[in-house]
Amino acid sequence: MSVAAGADPEDGGEDPTGFIMHHIKDSHEWHFFNVGHTHVTLSLPVIVYSSDRGLEFFSSSDFQNHETHTFGEEYAHEGYFIDSHDHLGRVDGASFIDFSITKNVAMMFLVIGVVLIVVLSASNHYKKHGAVAPKGAASIVEPIVIFVRDEIAHKAIGPKYKKFVPYLLTLFFFIWVGNLIGLLPGAANLTGNIAVTATLAVLTFIVVNVNGNKEYWKHVFMTPGVPVPLLLVIVPVEIIGLFTKPFALMVRLFVAITAGHIVILAFIALVFIFQSYAIGVVSTLMVTFINMIELLVATIQAYVFTLFTAMYIGSAVAEHGHDDAH
Amino acid sequence: MLTSILLSAGLALMGAGIGAGIVAIGAGLGIGRIGGQAMESIARQPEAAGKVQTAMLIIAALIEVVSLFAVVVCLLIALNAGGIAF
Repeated sequence: MSVAAGADPEDGGEDPTGFIMHHIKDSHEWHFFNVGHTHVTLSLPVIVYSSDRGLEFFSSSDFQNHETHTFGEEYAHEGYFIDSHDHLGRVDGASFIDFSITKNVAMMFLVIGVVLIVVLSASNHYKKHGAVAPKGAASIVEPIVIFVRDEIAHKAIGPKYKKFVPYLLTLFFFIWVGNLIGLLPGAANLTGNIAVTATLAVLTFIVVNVNGNKEYWKHVFMTPGVPVPLLLVIVPVEIIGLFTKPFALMVRLFVAITAGHIVILAFIALVFIFQSYAIGVVSTLMVTFINMIELLVATIQAYVFTLFTAMYIGSAVAEHGHDDAH
Repeated sequence: MLTSILLSAGLALMGAGIGAGIVAIGAGLGIGRIGGQAMESIARQPEAAGKVQTAMLIIAALIEVVSLFAVVVCLLIALNAGGIAF
């Protein structure tokens, strides 16, 4: 944790777009708040692997101007620099792989820690006491697990649902806890990062297609009951459909969470732009109201992602007699 | 030359703004319709109110996200077109 004095680059009134983007985007340092001109930030490690220099560890504070506390190409350190868009670059332009613990990665570790603590303490309760009424952490985990298992997995997948319940539970808890913690002030925008949602969508794509049975693949490549000339049109559409479904999952979660954060930040920036008490009061009420809506959206988006994943898995493993009126 | 750059950037920004407004109309119509039909069905059968309300919230979230797809496109236009003008 570092507390550094410096000029304030993110005054919301001067540059509302920059203020909003700074809070939405990923970064190599975790900026909590400013007290006057002092920045309270956590400088995160920068880990790079390059084929000529091997694995190297730095702290992101090495790449900063210590007075103004900003990044820039000119503050290079040992051949690397972080430019004003928070991208790591190399002075001589050679290629490297960036394994840094950025703000989103650190946030992901935090979310993983919280989920593991809650779920493992619940499962410990059952290990110690057997199948009894839940107490403690188990009493919040059990209704959610039963909900995901019965209402989502069993209803959408059918008889073979047991195999997929762990994956669906992981998705639900990770997305839900990630969304909720991301709404706290000072937290990073985890599920509003398209890389994170893309990874979740890729995992869903893998789970659905690896578990597809013969009927599922026949439906994609040799759709039954379709005359051959139309098949030339239908099959590419079905193949594209294989990819658009996880793509929609990815964009839906990303957009819902990011837009929520942007609206909240825009209302806060409004106070800095107008600099009036009346706007401050109204804006704070709006921000509180929208935060409540965002809590609801966090839960609903986790539920929708899990439900749609379960529905796609269900269509992949479905075994039913095909009728001609399909 | 300068006026043609500024004109296209201005038109782009105008397009982004109008687009976002139309998106809001679309989302409002869709969610309003869902809400209205939910109200009607609750009035017809008050015992089903819980189920109807749950389904309404979920579908409202889905429609809202479609409007947010378009808002992201408008934001991208606005943030990138404004930069070109300078």
